[in-house]
Amino acid sequence: MNKATIDLWVGIFVTIGLGAIVFLALKVGNLTSIETKPTYRLEASFDNIGGLKLRAPVKAAGVIVGRVESVKLDNKTYEAVVSLRMDNGYQFSKDTIASILTSGLLGEVYIGLEAGGDPVMLADGGRISKTQSAVVLEKLIGQFLFDKASSGSAK
Amino acid sequence: MPSSSLARGVRRIGAGTIRAVSRAGFAARFFLLVLRHSPSAFHRLQLTAREIYFAGVLSLVVIMVSGLFVGMVLGLQGYDALNKYGAGDSLGIFVGLSLVRELGPVVAGLLFASRAGSAITAEIGLMKTTEQLSAMEMMAVDPLARIVAPRFWGGVIAMPLLAALFSVMGVFGAYLVGVRLIGVDNGTFWGNMQAGIGFWPDVTNGIIKSIVFGIAVSLIAVFEGYDANPTAEGVSAATTRTVVGGSLAILALDFVLTVFMFRGLGSG
Repeated sequence: MNKATIDLWVGIFVTIGLGAIVFLALKVGNLTSIETKPTYRLEASFDNIGGLKLRAPVKAAGVIVGRVESVKLDNKTYEAVVSLRMDNGYQFSKDTIASILTSGLLGEVYIGLEAGGDPVMLADGGRISKTQSAVVLEKLIGQFLFDKASSGSAK
Repeated sequence: MPSSSLARGVRRIGAGTIRAVSRAGFAARFFLLVLRHSPSAFHRLQLTAREIYFAGVLSLVVIMVSGLFVGMVLGLQGYDALNKYGAGDSLGIFVGLSLVRELGPVVAGLLFASRAGSAITAEIGLMKTTEQLSAMEMMAVDPLARIVAPRFWGGVIAMPLLAALFSVMGVFGAYLVGVRLIGVDNGTFWGNMQAGIGFWPDVTNGIIKSIVFGIAVSLIAVFEGYDANPTAEGVSAATTRTVVGGSLAILALDFVLTVFMFRGLGSG
């Protein structure tokens, strides 16, 4: 086989190989979601974030409007401070309620936003003051058992 | 006398150990020698292109067909298992993750070791047997630069491309079975896949894996060929060692790399 044919085949091979990597990046790995849309930052403190992970979605009415950027513990109040990177296209009023929710019983944990009626909007670096913590199933069950036991002994 | 047979056994174990350790030492020195002669493989790109042709282009059919079938089986089995928990819609993420993270690099690597690795070993081994390598040395042509380095780099370059192709064909096969045959919703299939698979943790780690496997298999292949006993049995034994050693190296390296890459990463 002569050089030109080999070069042609190697060229085809390398092209479709690189094409496969691009396909994996764009279609499977969804690299396009990292595109630099303009965003702004919000903060919210929770008593308990449950199983919230980095890059978990922030949803309003089920629509993804942002992602969780970082989670850290405030060493004074012992609350979890979650910072959210929000899409610039969506603005929320100052009295928005943020709650930590789970989609389905075993689904992913996300932050749900419920917009309020305040005309003043949250700006970059703003803080969502009204929050609702994650429901910890073990605590709920524990409380339920405790209530049952105490009501049983009272009889 | 029992004591002499005992002594002979001990001697044999000792000799085997020394041989194994010195072979490992030679392999390490060989690796460095190949790296030192690598510039010539890129200097004379024509040689390396030829090896990419033999290692990569000629492996295309087997890689793509296997990828397609593995993907189709994943689609069937995955849907069957997931649907028991009412999670049949998660087929996309299941198939994508298993292919990109594990099956793509590993199965493509195993196929590469048996398809291309064995051919490289047999070729270099036969060159040694027919004293072509010695003839080159006589003509002041370093066989490491002329024969070994291009084959090594041809394999290293071809392997990640083959693994990526394998994954793509697998995803396509799963799409055929899942969406076309079983009837998972097209948007759900791709949407779940894109939501659950990130480029940085998943796709790049898969590519890193395939590069590491390519280096390991290519090195084993050229080393076994170069180190083969210059007889017919020697070449056949070396070819077997390439396939067995290469496959084991891929599986062991895969475990080690997975420990480093995905430990405690969770699903996010």
